Amino acid sequence: MIRQDVIGEAALEIMRRAAIVIPEDYRSGIRKMVGEEENELSRFVLEAMCENWDVAEEDRRAMCADTGLPRYYVKAGNEARIEGGMVALEQTLRRATAQATRDIPLRPNRVHPLSRIDHDNNVGILAPEIEYSFEPDTDWIDITTVHKGGLFGTDYRMLFPGDGIDGIKRFFLDVMLEFGRRGLACQPAIVGIGLGGSKDTAMAIGKQAACLRVVGDRSPDPEIAALEKELIEIGNDIGMGPMGFVGKSMVVDCHIEVAYTHTGGMPMSVHSFCLSSRRAVARVGADGGIAYRTDPRWFTPYHRRSGVDWEAGAPALGAAVAL
Amino acid sequence: MKTRRIELPLTDGALDGLELGTAVYLDGVVYTGREGLYKRVLDEGLEPPVPFRSLGNANFHCSPAASVNDDGTYNLGAVTATASFRFSRWLSQWFGMSGCRVVIGKGGMTEEDYRAHFVPNGAIYLSTVGYGTGALLGRGIRRVIDVHWLKELGIAQAMWVLDVENFGPFLVESDSRGNSLFEREGRVINRRVDGLYEGLRQPALKRYGETTSRSDEVV
Repeated sequence: MIRQDVIGEAALEIMRRAAIVIPEDYRSGIRKMVGEEENELSRFVLEAMCENWDVAEEDRRAMCADTGLPRYYVKAGNEARIEGGMVALEQTLRRATAQATRDIPLRPNRVHPLSRIDHDNNVGILAPEIEYSFEPDTDWIDITTVHKGGLFGTDYRMLFPGDGIDGIKRFFLDVMLEFGRRGLACQPAIVGIGLGGSKDTAMAIGKQAACLRVVGDRSPDPEIAALEKELIEIGNDIGMGPMGFVGKSMVVDCHIEVAYTHTGGMPMSVHSFCLSSRRAVARVGADGGIAYRTDPRWFTPYHRRSGVDWEAGAPALGAAVAL
Repeated sequence: MKTRRIELPLTDGALDGLELGTAVYLDGVVYTGREGLYKRVLDEGLEPPVPFRSLGNANFHCSPAASVNDDGTYNLGAVTATASFRFSRWLSQWFGMSGCRVVIGKGGMTEEDYRAHFVPNGAIYLSTVGYGTGALLGRGIRRVIDVHWLKELGIAQAMWVLDVENFGPFLVESDSRGNSLFEREGRVINRRVDGLYEGLRQPALKRYGETTSRSDEVV
């Protein structure tokens, strides 16, 4: 049985880690870009960001004051038993959000969309978002928090099958230019792309692709992996860098997630996870142990399964999936 | 990179030879204020909680990551700017009422705004860097002098008056003639934009309101 007090401790600690410590994969990706960036202004921006991450850790303060819309992703093992059930889990996560907002502190960004009422704790109607996924044959739960800004860098479009890869590339360029100017997307970003599904699925998986996969991760589908690499090149060849200055540091990585979609359509979303790409993960075991990390490991073979039934270790149907 | 340390409140001399793209660090007093403040003071005509001129002349488009302790003191961690172009419509009234001469924010405003509103008031725009050097800027805050309209506007929109030292880095985005660093860089980038789309077929369906000019800005 996984106890609520342990979940609460983990949920608060990952909020703190996410806000303060930049994940190593993202830091390494940007350091590499600093070495390759030739434009003085663009390089100055990247160097300032690297210094900012060091200061955040030294001072134990949030790296960016726009601590975004803090949210949780929960992946629960099929054998996991949670004290008080899922309602208790959600209560714990809401309490941890409110406590994190006061203690770290986070910026109380969440307001009612019309009245603009702010509870000053990042909790409200459907806030924080909690998304779920499940994993067979295990009894832990993974809790991931993501703090992502909410205003710029994301767009959605209904493309059609005939628009093809050209359509995907065009829309990718559109979004890079649209939000890259003046650096509204806070690039270089981990760009997540959602392809297919229903419109809402396209948005959700694109966001997950940006926020729940690490720099350096490639899709197990070779065709998708090749497109990911091509889009990184296209993005960095625009001639734009951080803050929309001349440069070539635009995309630190690109991740594409797909979902089966309407036969007549190809919905696409693009999301930019920014220069403060904040994510932290805790695995809470049935024995009360907590193990922290920064790779959410959200897109497991089970999560991406394609067939009717799931057989452990079997390749997904209809797609090339590396084992 | 040119670097300049500027004392607040800003005086005429500080603008001499201040070039676009110079890295700036500030000493003195800055106060935060964004749409919440502008709406109350400029749209609703409410009396400001304190005369703006008594706070100097640097307005930061910012919401801090902060909380109020039980004893009434403030816990201020990181500070980062918010995108300024959304506040353009208040500019014409704002400078006259506040005596503001330094606007600090994210993303800048347009050269049109600079020439119409900033230049006549001897004001410049400083952009934060990144974005999101929240921790670096947080370190530059010596203390919270005061917070106004905390109850009325909430932590994010309240007016935070901050005593700062070596507060930065910022980049000079608009100069005394109203030139914009962002627009200068954008013009260079735009030369290549058409080429990027060359050979890529248009999608079948256009979107309502879609611009056909690839060099258009969101701002």
